[in-house]
Amino acid sequence: MVPTGHFLALSAVLFTMGVIGVLTRRSALVIFMSIELMLNAANLAFVTMARGGPAMEGQVFAFFVMAVAAAEAAVGLGIIVAIFRRRKTTDVDQVAQMKW
Amino acid sequence: MAEAIFWFNAFIAVLTAAVVVLHRNPVVEALALALHLCSIAVFFVLLEAPFAAVIQVILYAGAIMVLFLFVVMLLDPGGEGKAGRAGKIQLAATLLGAGAFLAALLPVALAAGAGELPPPVHPGFGGVRTFGQLLFTEYLFPFEAASVLLLSAMIGALYLAKRELD
Amino acid sequence: MPEMIDLFAGFGIIPTAVKIGILIGLVMTAVAYISFAERRIAGFIQERIGPNRVGPLGLLQPLADGLKFIFKEEIIPSLAHKPTFILAPAIAVTTALTTFAVLPFGGPFEAWGKTISPMVADLDIGVLYILAVASLGVYGIVLAGWSSNNKYSLLGGLRSTAQLISYELPMTLALVGVLMAAGSLRLADIVNAQMNSAWYAVAMPLGAFIFIVSAFAETNRLPFDMPEAEAEIVAGYHTEYSSMKFAMFYMAEYMNVTMSSCLITLLFFGGWHLPFVEGMLQGLSQPSRAAAHAAIFAGKTTFFIFFYIWVRWTLPRFRYDQLMRLGWKVLLPLALANIFYVGGAILLGWF
Repeated sequence: MVPTGHFLALSAVLFTMGVIGVLTRRSALVIFMSIELMLNAANLAFVTMARGGPAMEGQVFAFFVMAVAAAEAAVGLGIIVAIFRRRKTTDVDQVAQMKW
Repeated sequence: MAEAIFWFNAFIAVLTAAVVVLHRNPVVEALALALHLCSIAVFFVLLEAPFAAVIQVILYAGAIMVLFLFVVMLLDPGGEGKAGRAGKIQLAATLLGAGAFLAALLPVALAAGAGELPPPVHPGFGGVRTFGQLLFTEYLFPFEAASVLLLSAMIGALYLAKRELD
Repeated sequence: MPEMIDLFAGFGIIPTAVKIGILIGLVMTAVAYISFAERRIAGFIQERIGPNRVGPLGLLQPLADGLKFIFKEEIIPSLAHKPTFILAPAIAVTTALTTFAVLPFGGPFEAWGKTISPMVADLDIGVLYILAVASLGVYGIVLAGWSSNNKYSLLGGLRSTAQLISYELPMTLALVGVLMAAGSLRLADIVNAQMNSAWYAVAMPLGAFIFIVSAFAETNRLPFDMPEAEAEIVAGYHTEYSSMKFAMFYMAEYMNVTMSSCLITLLFFGGWHLPFVEGMLQGLSQPSRAAAHAAIFAGKTTFFIFFYIWVRWTLPRFRYDQLMRLGWKVLLPLALANIFYVGGAILLGWF
């Protein structure tokens, strides 16, 4: 039997790794993947507290997070494809100018 | 037995997260992320959330990551990962900040559920029937709002990816 | 953490290991002989004799094929991405085999003083598990296409992946009709629900048709096998694969065919029930009844595998845009209409 604290600590570690990924990498796709890491760490925390309650609301919220993440992935990848078509690069430092 | 599964799975989750953050080849990173999502699904099963686990695999690992793979393969088929890493100062600042964040977060996380075993749950917890009842009674409005959100996201993605006709 | 983590479903590790062993043995033998049956039936449809030289009536042909595959030279293109090149067929075969874990071959029965349940894992979310593992099978194909470092393979892999994820939608929606009527996600419950009402193929024919067509598309079988068509795109995503790795893709396709046939039988055609036979079986002892159930199930599944082969050698191939148009513009609205129909039927008390 694993105590709830272990799950929460793991969730914190995974979230921090996602944050490092977002802040350190320059490719837009990898930043996106790190955001997905953070979302999943949050989902893990939700489901852990649902078990700790016990309350089903945490799992329902995790379900909605997944739905929103799906929508966000679709639109975000569309944006990345559109930027790539114009600028021929996904390096966020090079597309930092909003001029043209 | 459950503990062995937990620690093994935690190792895989952290390892694949490290591959996502550190590796150079975006296709390998996307695969590592898919494996990470499956390991999170195993955690959900350990936490008495079988429906959430299956939805995680079908939706996240089976659909969203395939979309990621498509985009990665279309934009960077060689997998060289042309965009590199941040400079040294940025890296040092990030690691310091992340370290401080984790140091602040871990004690809270461990204290929140320290040592106690979670209470037993009634049968049907995390099952489809309970989920359905909650989704269609108490959380009906967020459910409908989520479907409208998905519809607008679908229209937005179609518009963004459309080729401009010259 | 109670029943969820009781890994062996209360049966213990030895019975589960025995069941897994039997299942893998059965599936591998079935796959080998389906490839043989396909060539014989193809010959029959094309008015020629298929392979009949090796062994009596050619029955040892799969053995000869297996030996050929083992002794062939393994070629890996020098610029291919080796780890994913070798991983892709492994993913294809693993996901294909894992789906068999929740298929029931009959109801639970008593034998030798113990209750035996003829399935490896009796999950409460049985059908969703199959969908989840099937959607993971997509990775084998897309990785095979990409890692070969070959434009045609990449294109074939991406096309096949797009086809698979597009046809998951009508398949799932047709499945929702069945779930609404049966009221449970466990496969054993769905089969038992069909014992009380009519078979779901008769009760919701549109749903059955959509599911069968989508299953054909999901397994990449003709008339939906554009991505691996030999003449069109140089064998598509498995162009660069040779010997055993190619054999693994081949096996994975036949395992998917077997699994789809089992699913169609369980969900729409009554599983192990035959209406007139049920009464006759009441008099037998439990193990014999279980054996009869398994035989009925095997018979129906064999008919559907024959149906798969029959359709393959009869119908021409869909072009890729026709295929996608069919999936999105025709099957998806029809599947939604089917859900309305089933909802109305439930309200009227037909189920």
